[in-house]
Amino acid sequence: MTLSRRDLLLGTAGLAGAAGTGLLNAGPAFAQAAAPQYKPEQGATLRVLRWTPFVKGDEDSWLANTKKFTEATGVEVRVDKESWEDIRPKAAVAANVGSGPDVMLVWFDDPFQYPDKLLDVTDIGNSFASKYGGYYPGPEGYAKQGDKFIALPLAAIGNGILYRDSMVKQAGFSKFPEKSDEFLELCKALKAKSKPAGFALGKAVGDGNNFAHWIVWSHGGKMVDESGKVVINSPETIKALQYARELYQTFIPGTESWLDINNNRVFLAGDVSVTANGVSLYYSAKNDPKMAELAQDIRSTTLPVGPVGQPVELHQTTSAVIFKYTKFPNAARAYLQFMLDKPQMDAWITGSSAYCCPPLKGLIDNPVWTSDPVHEPYKRASATLRPNGYAGPLGYASAATMADYVMVDMVAEAATGQRTPEEAAKRAEQRANRYYRV
Amino acid sequence: MVDAALTRAGATTASARTPLMQNKLFLGLLFMLPAALFLLVFLSYPLGLGVWLGFTDTRIGRAGIFVGLENYQLLWDDSIFWLSVFNTILYTVVASILKFALGLWLALLLNEHLPFKAFIRAIVLLPWVVPTVLSAIAFWWIYDAQFSILSWALMKIGLIDSPINFLGSPNNARATVIFTNVWRGIPFVAITLLAGLQTISPSLHEAATLDGATSWQRFRFITLPMLSPLIAVVMTFSVLFTFTDFQLIYVLTRGGPLNATHLMATLSFQRAIPGGQLGEGAAIAVAMVPFLLAAILFSYFGLQRRRWQQGGTDA
Repeated sequence: MTLSRRDLLLGTAGLAGAAGTGLLNAGPAFAQAAAPQYKPEQGATLRVLRWTPFVKGDEDSWLANTKKFTEATGVEVRVDKESWEDIRPKAAVAANVGSGPDVMLVWFDDPFQYPDKLLDVTDIGNSFASKYGGYYPGPEGYAKQGDKFIALPLAAIGNGILYRDSMVKQAGFSKFPEKSDEFLELCKALKAKSKPAGFALGKAVGDGNNFAHWIVWSHGGKMVDESGKVVINSPETIKALQYARELYQTFIPGTESWLDINNNRVFLAGDVSVTANGVSLYYSAKNDPKMAELAQDIRSTTLPVGPVGQPVELHQTTSAVIFKYTKFPNAARAYLQFMLDKPQMDAWITGSSAYCCPPLKGLIDNPVWTSDPVHEPYKRASATLRPNGYAGPLGYASAATMADYVMVDMVAEAATGQRTPEEAAKRAEQRANRYYRV
Repeated sequence: MVDAALTRAGATTASARTPLMQNKLFLGLLFMLPAALFLLVFLSYPLGLGVWLGFTDTRIGRAGIFVGLENYQLLWDDSIFWLSVFNTILYTVVASILKFALGLWLALLLNEHLPFKAFIRAIVLLPWVVPTVLSAIAFWWIYDAQFSILSWALMKIGLIDSPINFLGSPNNARATVIFTNVWRGIPFVAITLLAGLQTISPSLHEAATLDGATSWQRFRFITLPMLSPLIAVVMTFSVLFTFTDFQLIYVLTRGGPLNATHLMATLSFQRAIPGGQLGEGAAIAVAMVPFLLAAILFSYFGLQRRRWQQGGTDA
């Protein structure tokens, strides 16, 4: 990035101006980071690459917000989309070759794969954090390296339990259990008296990882400690895997071959009573008149709390990054600052029909969460979220370990009885050590 | 000729009488240049780059440094890599043998006089014509853990009580993906061999029949030897395609369950692109080369032996 003298002058002038108005406005008494102001470069245009929206309303409101930005600033913005799994390689290549979209919406620990290729957005991040009561630690962990924001947290794509109320009642439970041991009892009862539960144990990028990480984390296991040392082979993990083995035996057969879409199909066919998914599954039923009856029977909740005593989940996380190679850094900053600010975010979150959960505490209240009772648990996604490399630093190793399905394979091996929990944990330790290099 | 050209080239420089464009050596090189460039840019460079990447610790988004054989050392100790090698060899050997046997059989059948011959031959080609991804998605449904039509039909007939776990248990999954690959690969073998069969002169068969040869003897001593050069080529290609298969596995299982169907190609992709470890992914891809070379050399020296082709034995 080359900053011209003009940019600097404009930037500092903006900052000074903003600070001035902040003082004049007699805002909150505590020191609030002034919102930086960025003046888009003359003739700036932007290319944004995002993941293909999961719900139509997301796309509509994102584009509407973008249009507002163009109207306000005159900066033309082209928004392209790619299937969500293709974002990671595309972003990496863009970072690598130094050309491509100016702004990208990326997944998980992507920003930590090429932090030095990303534009520092600390000013925007800090100003949002102080203005809106701070970020939830999970999404922030995916965007902040040390004290520096290398990305801006955008949303958590919530994962939650979706279940059939009638079937759970049929199994003798009036209320969906909140604890993992009661949950096991429910699954046993469901298998005996109603339709069984089913969770993806195959190479399902989203669902498989969500389930496997929940199993391990909820029992206190973790892949690495704070220093990045692999500690997966622990008594907690073994406990988790024993639990997984018991739970698996209550599942519908064949879950070890499930990819991301399988649980949706089986759930909508009425063959399983409980599964975990994004809220999209509910919408597949709700938007189909033929499934009206099934849609009315669907309830949702968060994944049960395990021995650690607090809800912990992976979810999917998306952040916005600006590449350093952009010719219009100020336009890009102004764009993100506009898009991620409350008015636009509120509209976008509403449009996303509970699929996206905002990362800022001050933005969490949104009519979307109460518009349908099924939405409510997804509101908690940002709060229960943990970065995938927990508890260690994010980077190459955390991304590679997850992409190699080390956690999923371990849980699946133990759950299906292919290996004992002890063997499975030991093997995961060896595999993770290849990336974390002892 | 070369000498002459060289002398003339020497003369050219000496006297500068023959224009460069009439120099045969120069023109020859000039005409080869486009082809050479094409090969260099689209074949040698990517291959060379792949081999080089295998010796570096390149990750997506970061240029690597030379690390020698470290990637290979790491792979040597990686049980998943060895599992993928085993899977790949099993997949290739079983699928290739089945494709060859069934393909040859089908070719012999299609070579008979059948009603609607052209139509039937066109139909046989279908599995090969349909894009792999499409047919793989169709098979994905056929093998679905809950909605498999096969399981459904068998359950309705009353042969089984619960759906078959096609892609769930490791051995079932292996058999299933091999079967699907065979289904897809047979037409290529059958149609190519059929073309070969039709070049065999009927007079050879007539002469053999007059001499009292049985149909097995005619097959063994006329058809097979005449066909063997083509078999060598077809099977070389078939083995190469099977060994490097990716789409089928990626759609059906992504290498699951429990990595039982991970081939070297799918593992290489998983590590290199979603995992970002370009160097390691390249090393896995390069590790496929010795196997592929062995397959090519086998067909070259083994199946293309002149004597054998002419019906003799290696005395």
